[in-house]
Amino acid sequence: MSQHGATDLEHQEHHVVGPKVYLLIFFALMICTGLTTWVAFIDLGVLNPVIALAIACFKASLVVLFFMHIHYSSKLLKLTVASGLFMFLVLITMTLSDYISRAWGLW
Amino acid sequence: MDSPAIATVNGEMHAEAHAHPAHLRHHFETVEQQREAASFGMWLFLLTEVMFFGGMFMAYLIYRNWYHAAFVAGCNTLNIWLGTINTAVLICSSLTMAMAVYSAEKRHKKSLITYLILTIVLGLAFLGIKSVEYAEKFELHHVPGPNFSIEQFVHPTNPKAVALAPDMAEKTQVYFSLYFAMTGMHALHMIIGISILIILVVRAFGGAYTDGHMTTIENFGLYWHFVDIVWIFLFPLLYLISRYR
Amino acid sequence: MSSSHTIVQLPDQSTAQLPRKHYLNQELGLKSWLLTGDHKRIAMLYLFSITFFFFIGGAFASLIRLQLLTPGSDLLAPDTYNKVFSMHGIVMIFLFLVPSVPATLGNFLIPIMIGAKDLAFPKINLLSWYLFVAGGLFILAAMILGGVDTGWTFTTPLSTHYLNTHVVTAALGIFIAGFASILTGLNFIVTIHRMRAPGMTWFRLPLFVWGHYAASILMVLGTPVLAITLVLVALERTIGIGVFDPTKGGDPLLFQHLFWFYSHPAVYIMILPGMAVISEVISTFSRKRIFGYTAVAFSSVAIAIFGFFVWEHHMFIMGVSNYSALVFSLLTMLVAVPSAIKIFNWSATLYKGSITFETPMLYAFGFLGLFTIGGLTGVFLGSMGMDVHLTETYFIVAHFHFVMVGGMLMAYLAGMHFWWPKITGRMYPEAISKLAAVVTFIGFIFTFFPQFILGYLGMPRRYASYPPEFQVLNVLSTAGASILAVGYLLPMLYMPWSLKYGKIAGNNPWQATGLEWQIASPPLTENFVETPIVDHEAYDYEWLANQTEHEVKTVG
Repeated sequence: MSQHGATDLEHQEHHVVGPKVYLLIFFALMICTGLTTWVAFIDLGVLNPVIALAIACFKASLVVLFFMHIHYSSKLLKLTVASGLFMFLVLITMTLSDYISRAWGLW
Repeated sequence: MDSPAIATVNGEMHAEAHAHPAHLRHHFETVEQQREAASFGMWLFLLTEVMFFGGMFMAYLIYRNWYHAAFVAGCNTLNIWLGTINTAVLICSSLTMAMAVYSAEKRHKKSLITYLILTIVLGLAFLGIKSVEYAEKFELHHVPGPNFSIEQFVHPTNPKAVALAPDMAEKTQVYFSLYFAMTGMHALHMIIGISILIILVVRAFGGAYTDGHMTTIENFGLYWHFVDIVWIFLFPLLYLISRYR
Repeated sequence: MSSSHTIVQLPDQSTAQLPRKHYLNQELGLKSWLLTGDHKRIAMLYLFSITFFFFIGGAFASLIRLQLLTPGSDLLAPDTYNKVFSMHGIVMIFLFLVPSVPATLGNFLIPIMIGAKDLAFPKINLLSWYLFVAGGLFILAAMILGGVDTGWTFTTPLSTHYLNTHVVTAALGIFIAGFASILTGLNFIVTIHRMRAPGMTWFRLPLFVWGHYAASILMVLGTPVLAITLVLVALERTIGIGVFDPTKGGDPLLFQHLFWFYSHPAVYIMILPGMAVISEVISTFSRKRIFGYTAVAFSSVAIAIFGFFVWEHHMFIMGVSNYSALVFSLLTMLVAVPSAIKIFNWSATLYKGSITFETPMLYAFGFLGLFTIGGLTGVFLGSMGMDVHLTETYFIVAHFHFVMVGGMLMAYLAGMHFWWPKITGRMYPEAISKLAAVVTFIGFIFTFFPQFILGYLGMPRRYASYPPEFQVLNVLSTAGASILAVGYLLPMLYMPWSLKYGKIAGNNPWQATGLEWQIASPPLTENFVETPIVDHEAYDYEWLANQTEHEVKTVG
């Protein structure tokens, strides 16, 4: 452990993300937005919501990794984001365990 | 008097400390520690926001499956083009916010202020379009409460729309409840964000954030991107349900 | 070992003085307190507020026990009784138990224990106190305006549709107070990760810090779900957004899922800091390192994580599917394991330790026995077959009072007595405090043990009246409550007394390990004269013995 309890962060360069990366991500996000709206008009049955959510997850990942700099951040911050995601998924899946196994209700 | 039981860091540490930048708070040892702590704290706050919105996403998930036809009908009353434009507007604002952070890093005061103002403008544009949408919903009696009307769903005027049985038509109120709750909560977060942005612009004029201490801009950027991410999910979930009909 | 054997070592009272400068006299005046950034002063602000709210919650408890002296609804009308037990629950849980140890002892001690000058965000710390007070005021307002009678659980559709009481005001108060809790937890997590002194590795931290770290994770991840749930209830009551309304197609059970997603981890938010205190007390008064340090540390985190996976056990009879109920029942059994690990490790610490019976240790012993009983009855309730019979009866009431009052409140009192000399520089009076501990224990047993029997026999909870055959046990319970009240009132009297007349404590009256005992009592505002370097493990009594030989015993 280093002197000030801040481990490798002190020695980690403060990485400045430049405009080129931002513009690239921006265009990717805009293309995905157009894509998701376009696909919505095509009947793919049960795949429609799946694709819509997949594109949304991809866009969110781009924002988190590059606009919010997680790609360049410490392990601690990566772990923090992961734990938030995990807890959100626990809320969803474990509540669903009740709803999908109910005999009543319109599931 | 402290017990000599605790060994201490060399006394020079304190003298050295007075050569530190003005913005270093005394309970931190280094600027880097302070920066990392602030960033970590902001991310933890964003985790609380994820769980906060999570409750509403849970509700949405259940009711969309229970009342799918009602959700389809409700969704098709939303203007998909306004929704898409709004999504694009927010993505632009995320770009301008990221560029604002970059300008602060590079200590360019003018570009910082420009990008912050652009972010405000785009945020206001989003809210403007949103209020147009809300006004339309109000006129069509789609706001949940005593004035809610299912007329349009039981006897649709649009020939391509599917008529709903009255009890399923009633359930469109659940869809609109979630629509207003989720987009309303998101809009509230945008309003708070824009208010803070205005304060940041004023302070940036005074020279703040371009003197090497730009943690505030960095962490506000995280908040703004998070609000963008919420909309990235709200858009397909609320606007893109079975649009091919 | 004589009966007056004690480890307390105080400085010579004829010459002892408090240190000249410390955090209490550093600056004087109301403004210096209300705008402070010092974590120790904020801890004192919290102590003042939560004691106030404890009185209010206790007053409601007295009304409940008085009402239940007779089978009929003789003292209060049924609607009023509903308001009384609702307010008792809301005030005791959100305004006392949740902040009790973290906001007072946690705020005070965590920076010192890790060798830091303050928490990571002092202004956020102060903000959390203001939010706590604001939330408390809203809840009091709900009470004064006429009360809320939904029970602290706000079950829908009762709370959204069928009651005309001040649900929104109370919900708003809880929302704001919840934010205070989130900010405290956030502060602790960042502080513990980023501000440890040189040499203070994770596995040299006192277990007090581990317990608070685990509780903070729960505060940060769980409380927001309560927040959104209360917002949705408020929206439904005010503008008719019918997410939980069955007439509009909503599912009232969804409210319960979201509510208990927080409220189950909430009980761990309440107990983990208490367990954290017990580790410190048991180690000090057995003069022994905590047995299985790593197991206890990891069990705190395990309780925090597993605590998120069991909430449906509050809903077994509400209409959830049998399959999910089975899953949650199994998970509930599993979550008992880390708690049991702690009890075993504390017992192993006591074995062959040099045990003395100062007041904090008396409370700790009370905790060990009462929390074990409470925890075991929790396992009974976790099995579906038992729960169908016992839920919504006084068995549940007894269960949670055993863990929360017999467990948590005793741990809080243990902690307050243990660190009182550090916080104030003075010792509390030993004889009367031991008496108070014993009276509290006896009062507690008489109050709550009969309730297990009552519940098993079928007396429902939250009813203003009951069948006459339950009266004897109810009278016994109320008698116990009056004894318990004496046990709680005594510290309220002798603690303030000790501020003026208590013996000067010196740096380390308990000869305890831990960085907080190596600095002055009361501490300086900046805690340490210079940043310490840590080179020894936690609970290292040999290291302490070496230091004592070299220690300069001057105070002032």
